[in-house]
Amino acid sequence: MTNELLNEFTFFVLAVFVGIEVISKVPTMLHTPLMSGTNAIHGIILVGALLIAAGANSPVTVILGFLAVVLATTNVVGGFVVTDRMLEMFKGRQAAKAPEPATKSK
Amino acid sequence: MTTVYALAYLLAAVLFILGLKQLSSPRTARNGNYTAAAGMVIALGATLPQLHFTGAGGIIVLIGVIVGAGVGTFGARQVKMTAIPQMVALFNGAGGGAAALVAVSELIKFGSHPPINEALPSVFSIVIGSVSFSGSLIAFAKLQELMTGTPITYPGQQLVNGLIAAAIIGFVIAVLAIASIPFSFLSLMVLALILGVAFVLPIGGADMPVVISLLNAFTGLAVAASGFLLNNFALIVAGTLVGASGSLLTKLMSDAMGRSLGNVLFGAFGQVRATAGAAAGKEGRSVRTSSIEDLATLLAYSRRVIIVPGYGLAVAQAQHAVRELADLLEKKGVEVNYAIHPVAGRMPGHMNVLLAEANVPYEQLKEMDEINDDFKDADVVLVVGANDVVNPAARNTPGSPIYGMPILNADQAKNIVFLKRSMRPGFAGIDNDLLYDPKTIMLFGDAKDSLTKLVNAVKAA
Repeated sequence: MTNELLNEFTFFVLAVFVGIEVISKVPTMLHTPLMSGTNAIHGIILVGALLIAAGANSPVTVILGFLAVVLATTNVVGGFVVTDRMLEMFKGRQAAKAPEPATKSK
Repeated sequence: MTTVYALAYLLAAVLFILGLKQLSSPRTARNGNYTAAAGMVIALGATLPQLHFTGAGGIIVLIGVIVGAGVGTFGARQVKMTAIPQMVALFNGAGGGAAALVAVSELIKFGSHPPINEALPSVFSIVIGSVSFSGSLIAFAKLQELMTGTPITYPGQQLVNGLIAAAIIGFVIAVLAIASIPFSFLSLMVLALILGVAFVLPIGGADMPVVISLLNAFTGLAVAASGFLLNNFALIVAGTLVGASGSLLTKLMSDAMGRSLGNVLFGAFGQVRATAGAAAGKEGRSVRTSSIEDLATLLAYSRRVIIVPGYGLAVAQAQHAVRELADLLEKKGVEVNYAIHPVAGRMPGHMNVLLAEANVPYEQLKEMDEINDDFKDADVVLVVGANDVVNPAARNTPGSPIYGMPILNADQAKNIVFLKRSMRPGFAGIDNDLLYDPKTIMLFGDAKDSLTKLVNAVKAA
C-alpha cells in the first residue's frame, strides 16, 4: 500500500464514523430535507467531472465529459435549491413555537 | 500551490460536516444547507485553477455547467411540494450517472492495463453509480405514476437477478485481471444499469423513499470511489459522509415503517400476489355514508377532533382547506390536533413540510407516539386522504404486507370519518377493514371539495 493510498483510506474510515455520528439523532420530520441535503453534497462529483471534461481529447471522452458535467451540475444546483425550498417551509415554526409553554401549563 | 488546494478541500469537507450537523435540527436546518453549499463553492473554486483545458474541454465545461445549472434550477423551482421525493430521486440519479461516467473516462485514459489502485475504484464507481442512476429513474417513474406502483414480480426473478449479478462479477474480474478495454467496462456499465432496474422493479411504490435514500448512499460511495481514483480528498470525504449518513438514514426510515431494510428491499420476492386472494373476498361489504350537514354537526359539537392527513390531502392541494376547517372548529371550542404518522406523505417528514407550507401551527402537529393514546378520547377522527397508516391489518393480520408497521389508533375513536376519492386501496395496495367499521362514515370525493363544503356547513351549524 502506498503512502497516499494509506492516507486516503484513513480519511475514508474516519469519514464513515463522522457521517454516522452527525445524523444519529435526527428527528423524523427532517428525514426528507436531510436526504435531499446529503444528495446535494454528493454533487461534489462535479469536481471530478470538471477535471475529466477539461482534459477530454477524443470524441468519446468529449461526449462522456460533457454528459458528466451536465449530470453533476444538475445534481449540485438542483439538490441545494430543492433542499432550500423545503427548509423554507419550516421557518414559520420558530414564531409558532412561542405559545407552546402556555398551552402546556393549562 | 497544491497545499492551498488541499487546504481549500479540507475547509470544504469541514463545512459539509458542519452543514450535515445543522441539517439534523429543525432550527438550524436551513443554515445547514447554506453551510454545505458554501463548502461546495469553495471546493469548486479550488478546482477551477487546476483545470488544464484541451481543445474542446473549455467549451464542453462551459456549456455543460450552463445546461446542468439551468435544468437543476428549473426542476427544483418548478417541482410541486408533493413531488419532492421523485425530484430528489432524479437529482440523485444524475449524481450516480456522473460518477460512473467519470470512472469510464478515467479507464479510457489509462489504456488496457491500469494499475490496480486505479482500476478497483473505477469498477466500483461504475457499478454502484450505474445502479444508482437506473434505479433512481425507476423510483422516479413509480412515484410519478408513469408506471405501476405495485411490486413487479415474475417467476424466476431471483434467478434472473442472480445471473445479472454473476455476469457483473465476471466483467469486474475481466476488467481487473485480463484487460481494461472499452468492451469490458462498457458491458459492465450496461449490466449495472440493468441491475438497477431489476433491483427496484419488485419494490412497491410505498417503499420508494427508503429505496431513494439507499441509492443516495450508493451515489455517495460511488463518489468516494471516484475520489480514490482521482486522488481527490474532497470527493473521498464528502462521498463517504453521504454514504455513511445515507445508510443510517435508510435504516432510520425503514425503522419508522416498522420493517427491516431486508424486508423492504426483498419482501416482494417469492410472494407473487399472495395477498390478492384475501382482498378479493372482501368485495360486496357495505360502507356507511352521510350528508355533509350531519357531518358538520358531528364535528361542530365534538370536544376533541383529531385530523389524520395523508398523501391524498397533498395531491388534492387541500392543506389550506383543512387548516380553515381546523381554525373554524377551534373557534367553536373544539380541540383540534393533527396526528402525523412517521411515513405520512411519501417519505418521512414529507407531511410536516406540506402542512408547514399551509401555516398549520407547529404545536398542533403531533407525532404518532405522542398522540396514539389520545385517540380513545377523541370524538371524531377525520382521515383526509390517508389509508394505510390507519389500517388495523398492520396490527391484526399477520399475512398482510404492512403487518408490523406501527399505525395510528384511529379505530379507537368514537367516530371515524374518511375523506376519500373512492374505495380504492392505499398506496400499499391492501384493503382496509376500518372503512367497513360501523363507527366509520365515508365521505367520497375530492378532499379539497369535501373540506370546502364541510367548512361552509360548519359555519352554518
